[in-house]
Amino acid sequence: MADNTKTPRPVFRNIHVTDLASYRLPLAGVVSILHRISGALMFLLMPFIIWMFDTSLTTEISYDQFTAVFAAGCADGAIPGWFFKLIALGLIWAYLLHFIAGMRHLLMEMTHSYSKEQGKSTAVVTLVLSSGLTVVLGAKLFGLF
Amino acid sequence: MSQNYGTKRIVTGAHYGLRDWLAQRVTAILMALFTIVLLLQVIVGEPVSYDKWAGIFSAQWMKTLTFVVILAMLYHVWVGVRDIFMDYIKPVGIRLSLHVFAIVWLVGCAGWAIQVLWRL
Repeated sequence: MADNTKTPRPVFRNIHVTDLASYRLPLAGVVSILHRISGALMFLLMPFIIWMFDTSLTTEISYDQFTAVFAAGCADGAIPGWFFKLIALGLIWAYLLHFIAGMRHLLMEMTHSYSKEQGKSTAVVTLVLSSGLTVVLGAKLFGLF
Repeated sequence: MSQNYGTKRIVTGAHYGLRDWLAQRVTAILMALFTIVLLLQVIVGEPVSYDKWAGIFSAQWMKTLTFVVILAMLYHVWVGVRDIFMDYIKPVGIRLSLHVFAIVWLVGCAGWAIQVLWRL
């Protein structure tokens, strides 16, 4: 019992917020933190997601209100339509990244296959695929095609 | 069977996180499959209108599947945000408050989503 006081045990902590700028994160680490951020974003915006589910589905009138918010904004255009489209695009990005990063995890866990190189290459695939799809769907959302 | 609750509960050992870890994976696969099933229905056939969109969720099997997916999402997100709070928020009082907030937030959202589904 008393030995505990003689031999201090090592303490491991998260890096401090002030270290973030100088801390070089490998790509696998970038995907990891983006996985968290995208999840947290969807958690916080969940009422907006359910609101979209509600208005788009409940009646034809509410469906028109749903499309109008993205076309003309709300409160007589005080909040413009593009702002809602931007939030929707943020959610699209979050969903795609979270989805693909999650698949990456499942793949690693099912194949028991881990290596530094593989971690980097699958991270690149995750980032490229999610960003690419976000750009394509964003172009569609903002009516570029 | 040895008693593992109350004053005789074994509080040492490992595997306490296994159930949540596994549940997060299972619910993730369920939500991924739901995404594909929904996307296929949206893409196939005529362009999206209210009738088509509401028709997709009117089918009894889709209602049941969506209901299960809402519950899966509830559990999945709970495990996720709980992990975030456990990693970054150390003071017990603030962490407890955030856990309570997360539960109220998630159960509220799930209830709303189920309500939308129910009256369709």
